[in-house]
Amino acid sequence: MIVAVASGKGGTGKTTVATNLALAGPDRVRFLDCDVEAPNAHILLQPELEPGTPVRLPVPVFNAAKCTGCGRCVEVCAYNALALVGRELMVFEGLCHGCGGCVYFCPEGALEEAQRVIGVVERGRAGKVGFFQGRLNPGEALAPPVIAAVRQEAAAAEDQLDTIVDCPPGTSCPAIAAVRGVDYCLVVTEPTPFGRHDLEAIVEVLNILDVPHGVVINRADLGDGEVEGFCRERGIPVLGRLPFDPRIGRCFNTGRPVVSELPVWRQTFKRLWRDIRDAVKGAGAGA
Amino acid sequence: MREIVVLSGKGGTGKTTLTGFFAGLGHEAVLADVDVDAANLHILLDPRVVETEPFVGSRQPVIDPEQCTGCGLCTELCRFGAIDRGRVDEIACEGCAVCFHACPAKAIRMEDVISGQVYTGDTRYGPFVYAKLGVAKENSGKLVVRVKQRAREVAARENKPLLVVDGAPGIGCPVIASLGGADLVLLVTEPTAAGFHDLERALGLTRHFRVPAAVCVNKADLDEEMTAAIEDHCRVVGVDFAGRIPFDHAVVRSLVARKPVAADDSTEAARAMRAVWQRTLALL
Repeated sequence: MIVAVASGKGGTGKTTVATNLALAGPDRVRFLDCDVEAPNAHILLQPELEPGTPVRLPVPVFNAAKCTGCGRCVEVCAYNALALVGRELMVFEGLCHGCGGCVYFCPEGALEEAQRVIGVVERGRAGKVGFFQGRLNPGEALAPPVIAAVRQEAAAAEDQLDTIVDCPPGTSCPAIAAVRGVDYCLVVTEPTPFGRHDLEAIVEVLNILDVPHGVVINRADLGDGEVEGFCRERGIPVLGRLPFDPRIGRCFNTGRPVVSELPVWRQTFKRLWRDIRDAVKGAGAGA
Repeated sequence: MREIVVLSGKGGTGKTTLTGFFAGLGHEAVLADVDVDAANLHILLDPRVVETEPFVGSRQPVIDPEQCTGCGLCTELCRFGAIDRGRVDEIACEGCAVCFHACPAKAIRMEDVISGQVYTGDTRYGPFVYAKLGVAKENSGKLVVRVKQRAREVAARENKPLLVVDGAPGIGCPVIASLGGADLVLLVTEPTAAGFHDLERALGLTRHFRVPAAVCVNKADLDEEMTAAIEDHCRVVGVDFAGRIPFDHAVVRSLVARKPVAADDSTEAARAMRAVWQRTLALL
């Protein structure tokens, strides 16, 4: 079972929920930090990391001797990543998506493909947690290939281990790369107009992607009732309500998981994991 | 015209709260929200939208089944796994058009995709430009660039000397797009290990693109030790520290009321945010 923990709005508590779920939930679990722009789960889980695997993206390399200056490569590039100045080709690597079009269509074979590093996938272990994380290099724009690499490396294990995916915030390409194809998505939100607005956006994405989902309301006592109302209206189950507790932030800061420091929270997250498991079974039976 | 972009690295640290508060200070400025996949500033500013502009962010292939011979070349060449047996996976497609250029039967054409809307509006605080990315649409970076262009046009037309931009979390595509033309980045962080860690990555980004940055810590009193560590770090790396903002229930109350925190100095948070903006503007 693969469970994603996502949110439209940032800073609602995805990583707190995801890490504590991993610690209080299944006996053995795999954890994927796919928030590759701001990976934070390692702070709490403190895994021993092995040397990472670089994530590479193809990029064209230009051979001036073979170029006739026909401009076909510039014409086919949909990302404005190439410019021809005389017979000198400029490659703007940051804009390149690695589609391979320029190399394929160059009639002279003046372009070849090399690989450039845009980030890294690291793996390690923290007790019962098999840990994977991706890190996008600062200055690089494309998070989705790094997210895909984390998910691929974890999927290669083929052991059917329960997996928790800590997702990036938002609703665009990075969030989609992290949640697509999972068995269930737990959406963490807060009961404010911002939380309500961004919850609606991520729910629309999950409906398009056909991912079953439920909601956890974090800092449930700070705000209004609009998120509850929205969930009721849309028939989205609210699997948990977590009160604001300043001790949680301090636990995080010292790398001490909430579930081991504060026993009352262990029960909360155990129950949450059970509810998710039941929801996935229910969805499977319904299909 | 000068331009400040409010960023954070970690999400949920208070970018929009701080930008909304700035609106109430009464400066001659245009405001923009470029967190296009989770835009929230309009909730506080309550704009009257005067212009809506559809945004074409990319193109996607459409296959004519009459002409398709099923040769499979498109599937073979697509790096994104987005085209298979005459069907396009619109979510996986990155619009590279390799299939369109390669199809020997010319059965594929590229069609514009409207990936979002750009809104220009009036608010009681001045002009405001924001956008909404369509559900599961990509090219948020291009949409960010368009919102900023539009905001500059409005600033030029209305003779406003300042543009303040509410940015996206993270350090990837939309954030990089929001740095173009920025004179200063104001980074809002929180005193958590995660906030600090992501602040360092965001500072890595501003250094990479050589944009001056200033840092402030929101909810600073939730962990004084961590706040002090962040302030020290700023001193060590030579980044201006613009101040501390305490955790204040007044912020939650004004958020629930869908209003910026009142700039009347009646709350601790308001006094602190005013000081942060004073220091930030002095750096311009």
